Amino acid sequence: MQKNTPAERLYNGIIGENPTFALMLGMCPTLAVTTSGINGIGMGLTTTVILTMSNMLISILRKAIPDKVRMPAFIVVVASFVTIVQFLLQGFLPSLNAALGIYIPLIVVNCIILGRAESYASKNKVIPSIFDGIGMGLGFTLSITLLGLLREFLGAGTLFNVDILGKVGYEPITIFILAPGAFLVLAFMAAFQNKFNLGAAKRGIDPSNSVSCGASCASCGNTMCKGRRS
Amino acid sequence: MSDLYNVSSSPHVRSKVNTSNLMLMVVIALLPASLFGVYNFGLRALLIILISVASCVATEWIYKKAMKQTITIGDYSAVVTGILLALNMPPAISLWIPALGGVFAILVVKQLFGGLGQNFMNPALAGRCFLMISFTGKMTSFVLPSGASSKVVVDAVTGATPLASLKAGESVDVLSMFVGNIQGTIGETSVIAILIGAAFLLAMKVIDLRIPLTYIGSFTIFIAIYSIAGRGGLDVNYIAAHLCGGGLMLGAWFMATDYVTTPITKNGQLVYGCLLGIVTAVFRLFGGSAEGVSYAIIFCNLLIPLIERVTIPTALGKGGQKA
Repeated sequence: MQKNTPAERLYNGIIGENPTFALMLGMCPTLAVTTSGINGIGMGLTTTVILTMSNMLISILRKAIPDKVRMPAFIVVVASFVTIVQFLLQGFLPSLNAALGIYIPLIVVNCIILGRAESYASKNKVIPSIFDGIGMGLGFTLSITLLGLLREFLGAGTLFNVDILGKVGYEPITIFILAPGAFLVLAFMAAFQNKFNLGAAKRGIDPSNSVSCGASCASCGNTMCKGRRS
Repeated sequence: MSDLYNVSSSPHVRSKVNTSNLMLMVVIALLPASLFGVYNFGLRALLIILISVASCVATEWIYKKAMKQTITIGDYSAVVTGILLALNMPPAISLWIPALGGVFAILVVKQLFGGLGQNFMNPALAGRCFLMISFTGKMTSFVLPSGASSKVVVDAVTGATPLASLKAGESVDVLSMFVGNIQGTIGETSVIAILIGAAFLLAMKVIDLRIPLTYIGSFTIFIAIYSIAGRGGLDVNYIAAHLCGGGLMLGAWFMATDYVTTPITKNGQLVYGCLLGIVTAVFRLFGGSAEGVSYAIIFCNLLIPLIERVTIPTALGKGGQKA
């Protein structure tokens, strides 16, 4: 796939470099707010909007921002969008705002957003940066919604607040909607994902979109990797 | 000639002790406590023990089979885990709860980390804490002992454990706590039965006194200090009740001494024991619930790599004064 096209950026964000399972970024909201599927979607979409907007603005300003103060500049841009989104949530979706609580303002320091600003938006043109933001955001949304649904299913017997297992007399295993459950479910999902991808790598299939290692070939020590990009 | 010469590399002297008969000795040592539990709470307690053991052994067998590894249920470590888990269950628990706990203990805590010898915390206690967090109500609903004659314990009267009464400031009968005719989990109530099992383990040199004594000792000292400072005088009855109540004895003799989850170094074991006593006392006196042994042990399990790191002995010829 040709690099830096909108389609490639979307694929890269959702599958290739999925922020949760490949890059392992943004673990704080991933672990903290995924007590239900609804919370996962809410957090994911909120982050997607902010990520897309901040990627766009940072890409536009990439030549104007001096290299030495780029981090504070990125933070200011991201914080502005977070403030706007938080006011919108307070106004139109107060219940979601209450459920996500402190994690909305904390999006400012979300590693995914700063990471994409630093590693992509500040070096690339505007259109690919926007699609990079959308792709990464959707990848994040899908991952944490899945995580939230699994935890909600095991820990409360419901899916999107619809009772599924309660009717058959299922006793919810409450630990899954508490903090330890987040770590357990995330670890199991990452383990299955690793098994799937590392298996492909071992068989010699070119992992040109190496999900398992995050495709950061420049900083990777594995010289035996067949998908290595110099 | 070939009969005379038996050429082999070292080691030439081998111990007859292996994992299997070591674990069997632990099973035998747990029998008094288990039998007292059955005597105390009726046949349902036996059923819970059997289900828990079956769940642990079956989980280990299925995992090893599915991963195409050597089947290790012959070393009886899963049996020990199952019995310990069951002894930590309240007698009126729904029967599927120990089964689920067994699956969690063996699959997540033991096998996923590499099996026996690799588990980073005591599987039985991790299983228990998993169930405690998930089903807090059911796991802390204790029935009065009803005797072996009754078959249905579910209808029995529930009541606070002596430890909970103690925390609430009521007086408790230390003698019945020592004998074990009280509420509690299946295996923790009788101090006598646990001590008989512990004496067997000591006699067979399966465990030594280092961890249990430092654990119980530091716990006693901490409670005594609390008694003097917080309750206005050294109350022997209060200290004895804390020693006989809850899972302290079961934990100190059988779960804190688990080979895998204790420090290897001798000094490390002393540090570990003292730490356990202090953490248990802190959890019991200042924590939300009356009991703290399980959480204290798995918490200290996590500190073992650090303890080993600071207590590792200096090799001969290393260290000393630099010339």
